[in-house]
Amino acid sequence: MSIKIIDILDKKFKDSINFSENQNSLFIDDPSKWDKISKFLHQNKDLKFDYLMCLSGYDLTDNKLGVAYNLYSTSLKHYLEVRIEVESEIEIPSVANLWRTANWHEREAYDLLGIKFTDHPELKRILLPEDWEGHPLKKDYETPDFYNGMPVPKDKSYWE
Amino acid sequence: MSHEDYYVKDDFTLVEKFDKDNVVVVKLEDLINWGRAGSPWFFQFGLACCAIEMMAAAGPRHDLERFGMMPRATPRQADVMIVAGTVTLKMASRVKRLFEQMADPKYVISMGSCSNSGGPYWQYGYHVLKGVDIVVPVDVYIPGCPPRPEALIQGILELQKKIKLDTPLRKKS
Repeated sequence: MSIKIIDILDKKFKDSINFSENQNSLFIDDPSKWDKISKFLHQNKDLKFDYLMCLSGYDLTDNKLGVAYNLYSTSLKHYLEVRIEVESEIEIPSVANLWRTANWHEREAYDLLGIKFTDHPELKRILLPEDWEGHPLKKDYETPDFYNGMPVPKDKSYWE
Repeated sequence: MSHEDYYVKDDFTLVEKFDKDNVVVVKLEDLINWGRAGSPWFFQFGLACCAIEMMAAAGPRHDLERFGMMPRATPRQADVMIVAGTVTLKMASRVKRLFEQMADPKYVISMGSCSNSGGPYWQYGYHVLKGVDIVVPVDVYIPGCPPRPEALIQGILELQKKIKLDTPLRKKS
């Protein structure tokens, strides 16, 4: 991340953002500000982050979840990584209206980790079946014994 | 002619009898089985990387059509379902429903480790069915990850042997 991007963001959102020690990623403390910051990143003429390369969710344990956004500007050719780390109950504003990529990626993060996004056009499961219980990529997820009558763990009793 | 000559053990003898005098005396069941074993149209059920090998087997180099096998994209025209790939729990109910839509007589070939027993997901996969035989009856299992087209062809030849042992005209007990 260039010094220029840091300066622009520091000037505008001094209270609600942090930079990591190696200055590679931008941390947002208050997720309710993310709505405003994302619009700024997308529209400011010196930033112009018009491409969301990836959106990933991760589990930090101790009831904390995180989302990482990898942004790129196709016209100015610079990158930015944004991270939001919150308690699992807190909802994060959706960016699906700014970057269309976020639509399915947010659904995936919701499906596998249970991260909730406000104002998402259609927040429902994308990979697992609709009637699945729990979010399997969470560290405290326990595999069920049966799903719709089918055994989930390996049952060797009938052939061994 | 002895009794042995009437009894057709495989289709080669049937063809050879045609060559001799153009008259063949066989049981009707054997004739039906001969026809069924020679045209097992398969329902292409590609779920993962095994599907690539199944496509290669159906292509010109390995050429499944020399066994009378034709890929069909609908269960209603198919006799054999080749389950090629990882069967997830979400897919399992679809596999079962499509199997039920096939017309009798119907057969299932389970191709590859994943559909045989879960494959690499056999222990820790929360989303994979540990063997497609939990939801549908399987006739032939083909090991491999994925099996080569030659292995699939051997599985089909084994299935043809099984079809020839069938008794279609007798009442099922």
